[in-house]
Amino acid sequence: MLQKIKRALKRDWQYWLFLALPLAYLIIFAYYPMLGVQIAFRDFTAKGGIWNSKWVGVKHFLKFFESYQFKRVISNTFILSVYGQIMATMIPVIFALLLNCVENERYKKVVQTIVTLPHFISVVVLVGILRQIFNSRVGLYGVAYEALTGQYPVDIFGLTGSFRHLHVWSGIWQNFGWNAIIYIAALSGVDTNLHEAARIDGASRLQRVRHIDLPHIKPTIIILVIMNIGHIMSVGFEKAFLLQNDLNKQTSELISTYVYQMGLVNSDYSYATAIGLFNSVINLILVLVTNKVSQHVSETSLW
Amino acid sequence: MKQIEKFNANKKMKKSSSDRIFLNICTVVLALLMLIVLIPLLNIVASSFSDPKAVSSGKVWLFPVDFSLKSYKNVLKYDSVWLGYRNTIFYTFVGTVMNVIVTLLCAFPLSQHSFAGRKFVNKLLFFTMIFSGGMIPGYLLVKQLKMLNSIWAVLLPGLMSAYNVIITRNYIETNIPRELEEAARVDGCSPAKYFTNFVLPLSKSIIAVITMYYAVGHWNSYFNAFLYLNDRDLYPLQLFLRDILVNSKFDSSIIDDPEMAQVVQAQADALKYSIIVIATLPLMCVYPLVQKHFVKGVMIGSVKG
Repeated sequence: MLQKIKRALKRDWQYWLFLALPLAYLIIFAYYPMLGVQIAFRDFTAKGGIWNSKWVGVKHFLKFFESYQFKRVISNTFILSVYGQIMATMIPVIFALLLNCVENERYKKVVQTIVTLPHFISVVVLVGILRQIFNSRVGLYGVAYEALTGQYPVDIFGLTGSFRHLHVWSGIWQNFGWNAIIYIAALSGVDTNLHEAARIDGASRLQRVRHIDLPHIKPTIIILVIMNIGHIMSVGFEKAFLLQNDLNKQTSELISTYVYQMGLVNSDYSYATAIGLFNSVINLILVLVTNKVSQHVSETSLW
Repeated sequence: MKQIEKFNANKKMKKSSSDRIFLNICTVVLALLMLIVLIPLLNIVASSFSDPKAVSSGKVWLFPVDFSLKSYKNVLKYDSVWLGYRNTIFYTFVGTVMNVIVTLLCAFPLSQHSFAGRKFVNKLLFFTMIFSGGMIPGYLLVKQLKMLNSIWAVLLPGLMSAYNVIITRNYIETNIPRELEEAARVDGCSPAKYFTNFVLPLSKSIIAVITMYYAVGHWNSYFNAFLYLNDRDLYPLQLFLRDILVNSKFDSSIIDDPEMAQVVQAQADALKYSIIVIATLPLMCVYPLVQKHFVKGVMIGSVKG
């Protein structure tokens, strides 16, 4: 055995040399923090650090489960994520199907280029654009509202109910063109003979969309949906944090923003790590389970 | 012969009127979608070229009102924006070079069938995609490494993206025939030589794709800098933008006659529009030129990991 490893190392040493830097990176920046999660089971102090702070078991987890924030952040994260993912799946599919029907190649290209552009706007600038457009005094929304009703609208960013819609629809605005690329490519692979035959049999274009185009991209849709289910409890921090303010926290406090608030603002490292770990473990389970299910159902595995 | 004629006739078969209506609806809906994307962007650009007074009194729709470069002149005087711009260019350039090198170093051995440790390292890499220590352990690590408040805190934690390694590995696996690897080995070509003489020249398009992914990521990111930096001299552009656009912090010293509160307010309103344009312009200009590479990247990425 040892001999075998020695021989392999001797033969492969150049490959391992290639991997020296990448492995060092993975160990330091990915695996070492995984050891760091043990502070979720300790009372972290600067002196004791990760290894020697006092062991307290599941105290911080219980504290989280019993806190009034528990239900709130879980349901906020879940609702925002499901809402976002339903829309983020449906709209690119519809867009791709419509685009595929148009026969004018130049028009198609122009449309596709333009709707893909916002994908490259940074999240800070996106929220900046939102704040300008929906500004009740100088923004397009405020100006239009004033022109129609004669008064200025209330500040949309202060409404508890608007956070989810702003978060989801700004994401759609930014990414539907980008997310449609994969469907558009899949649709270009539809066998033209199928369309020809259906047309001769008198099928209308709309019928052909339903019975030829849509079934053709169905496997792609299913794979992407399965992948998304695995990520249902991991809504990113970045945009939610920028859209969050004291007035909308009731809907905008997510697991990730709560971790930030508890850990880096209140410096309660152990408690915040416990919440983060709870979330990571749920995500891990979801990914593993959905992958198992998809292996059974569609014989496609994500890995 | 007759059959071909019949086939051609079918091809030119007239569209039924319901099909024509459907096609027109498609065209119109697409045009609407395009407008929904364009209108906010047009409003931003139009406002940035309008007189601040017109912006502030809500007169601008889709075209500039009282054309003026006043906002852009104000941005020119806004030092922190340019400091941020300089820092972001530095982070993007240095960061992307480091990212691409490390990604290639990792992807190459993982694509070689003769490498015995391949499966193990693949698993090690893949696991980081589905589990992580999270925000706080990451922060404590950076603190422990004494990297807080240094450029390394921005450059190192995201040095390599597992996703990009996997698409690069897949590209090499599918585009460079395995026989070439074997033939090279039989001829006594070492892995390092094989990498520089064969793999690199044959991977140009995937290198272009991951370079753009990483560069856009650096240009747009604020999160690491936000967590790890306190020193304003190191801030990337996005953090200054966050102050100006999201938190409405505004340095009024750049305005000529700060006596009049109304003038200050108007120029502060208008400035945001021109800052948005200036911060986004580089990417928007480059994108149409490199669009096909990005599309290719999506397609390579859709091959399962």
